[in-house]
Amino acid sequence: MATNNRPLSPHLQVYRPQLTSVLSILHRATGIGLAAGTLLLVWWLIAAATGPTAFDLVQSFIGSLLGRLLLLAWSFALFYHLCNGIRHLVWDTGRGFELKTAYASGWLVVISAAVLTVICWVAGYISLGGV
Amino acid sequence: MSIRTPLGRARGMGSAKTGTGHWWAQRVTALALIPLVIWFVISMIIVTGADHEAALAFIGSPINAVLLTLLIIAVFHHGQLGLQVVIEDYIQTKWLEVALILAVKGAAIFLGVASVYAVIAIALGG
Repeated sequence: MATNNRPLSPHLQVYRPQLTSVLSILHRATGIGLAAGTLLLVWWLIAAATGPTAFDLVQSFIGSLLGRLLLLAWSFALFYHLCNGIRHLVWDTGRGFELKTAYASGWLVVISAAVLTVICWVAGYISLGGV
Repeated sequence: MSIRTPLGRARGMGSAKTGTGHWWAQRVTALALIPLVIWFVISMIIVTGADHEAALAFIGSPINAVLLTLLIIAVFHHGQLGLQVVIEDYIQTKWLEVALILAVKGAAIFLGVASVYAVIAIALGG
């Protein structure tokens, strides 16, 4: 096989993690997590259509400690995937590939996702009327 | 210098078959999901802790039912496109790759249709 002179991608085990590569794989990981998270939305909608008993069950699951932890993870994943997705759409227009810009937009995505998650949960608890 | 393998040249199939359509659909659904997700998050904050009656009123109102339906379609379309790429990247065994992609697409269609049905049943059942 005449494949000796083909470019090789760096091997994961000998490649030092950088912000850009970590955020890249995190985009994929959060995407997989969000796909699993759709199950909660499907359950919530079908339970609402089924009746009060089924709906109370899904509401008590969401309100439980496990439910809240899952929702916290999913809300951060959603905001991260949303912000980094916008970063990807900007890249698709051919902009923002300079190393300095890619790092700056990367940190902006991480900070935005964290801030949006905090705002979302503070607003959620205010909407609930306390803890 | 060509970076194609002799086998790839002999088969002459190119690399990605219908990759461009997939790429575009991923971007178009992403664009649609930006406003839909923002609306969804704000709505969920407002209805958090709602009892059954309040949830039915929220889901069943015409504008919410339409936006929820659009969100469900865009989410499952975008999600199955993304999972397909993940499977294509990591699964080396061809039959398993095809089986997993079919399972993901089937699940996305099933869950999407079930969710839309629930929304319509609530919207029209009131």
